[in-house]
Amino acid sequence: MSISKEDVEKVAKLARLQFSGEEVETFTSQMTDILKYIEQLNELDTEGVEPTAHVLPIQNVLREDKVTNGKPSKTIFVNAPKEEEHQFKVPQVIE
Amino acid sequence: MSAFDLQKKLVSGDLKVTEAANLFLSQHEQVDSKVNAFVELEKEKVLKQAQALDELSAEQRQSKKLFGVPVAIKDNICVEGTETNCASKILKGFTAPYDATVISKLKEAGAILYGRTNMDEFAMGSSTETSSIKKTANPWDLERIPGGSSGGAAASVASGQVPLSIGSDTGGSIRQPAALCGVVGFKPTYGRVSRYGLIAFASSLDQIGPFARDVKDAALLLDVLAGADPKDSTCSEEAVPNYLEAIDKDLSGLTAGIPEEYFIEGIDPEVEAKVKEAIAQLEKQGVKIEKVSLPHTKYAVSTYYIVATAEASSNLARYDGVRYGIRSAEAKNLNDLYFQTRTQGFGDEVKRRIMLGTYVLSAGYYDAYYLKALKVRTLMKQDFDNAFKKVDFIVTPTSPTPAFKMGEKVDNPLSMYLSDIFTISANLAGLPGVSIPCGLTQENLPVGLQLIGKPFGEETLLQVGHQFQQATDHHKQSPLL
Repeated sequence: MSISKEDVEKVAKLARLQFSGEEVETFTSQMTDILKYIEQLNELDTEGVEPTAHVLPIQNVLREDKVTNGKPSKTIFVNAPKEEEHQFKVPQVIE
Repeated sequence: MSAFDLQKKLVSGDLKVTEAANLFLSQHEQVDSKVNAFVELEKEKVLKQAQALDELSAEQRQSKKLFGVPVAIKDNICVEGTETNCASKILKGFTAPYDATVISKLKEAGAILYGRTNMDEFAMGSSTETSSIKKTANPWDLERIPGGSSGGAAASVASGQVPLSIGSDTGGSIRQPAALCGVVGFKPTYGRVSRYGLIAFASSLDQIGPFARDVKDAALLLDVLAGADPKDSTCSEEAVPNYLEAIDKDLSGLTAGIPEEYFIEGIDPEVEAKVKEAIAQLEKQGVKIEKVSLPHTKYAVSTYYIVATAEASSNLARYDGVRYGIRSAEAKNLNDLYFQTRTQGFGDEVKRRIMLGTYVLSAGYYDAYYLKALKVRTLMKQDFDNAFKKVDFIVTPTSPTPAFKMGEKVDNPLSMYLSDIFTISANLAGLPGVSIPCGLTQENLPVGLQLIGKPFGEETLLQVGHQFQQATDHHKQSPLL
């Protein structure tokens, strides 16, 4: 199956990425090649096969509900692009 | 000198940690302008750690398994107070607020945290060319790539700048660069080493592991890194055996499986010949050789590029310019901020994988791609389960070719992806794998032998690798720099 330029533009929007017209062309052709290759999986009959999302048989690892991280919040906010009174500052959300 | 011998010498006081550190720093000064393995190495930081270690009492030194040994850190593993970038522009200026569990373990073991090594951006690549910071060269031929994504980690050890380094392996990112740079690279069983503090690429595949010149040193470092961690719920409670004890046993009674699907068209004839010589050597040392079949091998790359990109598109959604890293200055509203920050911050390969992952997870395609891939993953795992009923470990080439030239594959993503064809399966099945040097081609490029083990079968791989190195000297070859 080939992917169209419109598909690429739609996926870019979902992924919060912007591309120039030329980039959309390149991505469309590269993604078409990759998806064509990936379609070899359709040769396989997977009827009744259980999916494996994770290899280890680990489920619901629980621990006591106790605070163990004693780091002051300033170690986190030191990385904030914009901060005010220990809150992350962002541009206006609601018009 | 091996890390093992160096540690002994430093503990005894025959050599001061500061003296050893200075020797490594001078090697760095001599060769890294050519190799470019490091993205950051601060002399003062290294010497400060060395001085503090020199002040420890003889008794305190004894218990430290890596006392005074420099270990280089891949740029996607968090070290508190140190910039960690994943070689991406989007994480420029990010200072890790805490230590990864492996870093805490290295500190506890008395290792020197010795600078950050270069990598493909967010560990996405097989040549270290997608790094936004610099290009790393293969120490054996400076016009060739070192492999990837842990290319800096492999090159740092291969060029004699450090005895040990740590990297991460999602589809071969430790084993493939180890093979191409002629060093040992070990990817442990999924869950053997904590991922806490490893910046996530594909969470069901990522594992941290060691690089070293020989298998004994890899065993020494793995011994420090492995073990349960309350901070990573996918990290296994399985007891950690004493790896250094395991390696001394001879190989009689072991059976190796040779999968026919790994000796296919497209494999470099010299690579095939070297790997076959190594198999003959193992047979000479008492290993029984059996043919096995892993029939779903040819679907590995397809399965991987669905599973890994799907997980990556979700993991990398967190880079939005709000809490860390760069933020686009022009954004007028929040949506703009997301679009502009991500568009400016990510490189092409990362964007390509986010796009692919978003596509295979999107409405209408989830069943056809993502769910299908998870089912094929089950079939691949069953292949290994069946093979391991007959054999103790599996032997293959690590990479179908030796190191390729810089720029050769950058414009063709699919051909770059296919260079991981032999390493990906172990990640999808969660199995341990190691690459060991097994000779040089006529052009003087290293070839790697891959051993794949049963879940938590690290001991067997280390034992086989060490015994192989006792009988051969491929690992003693060094590049001329």
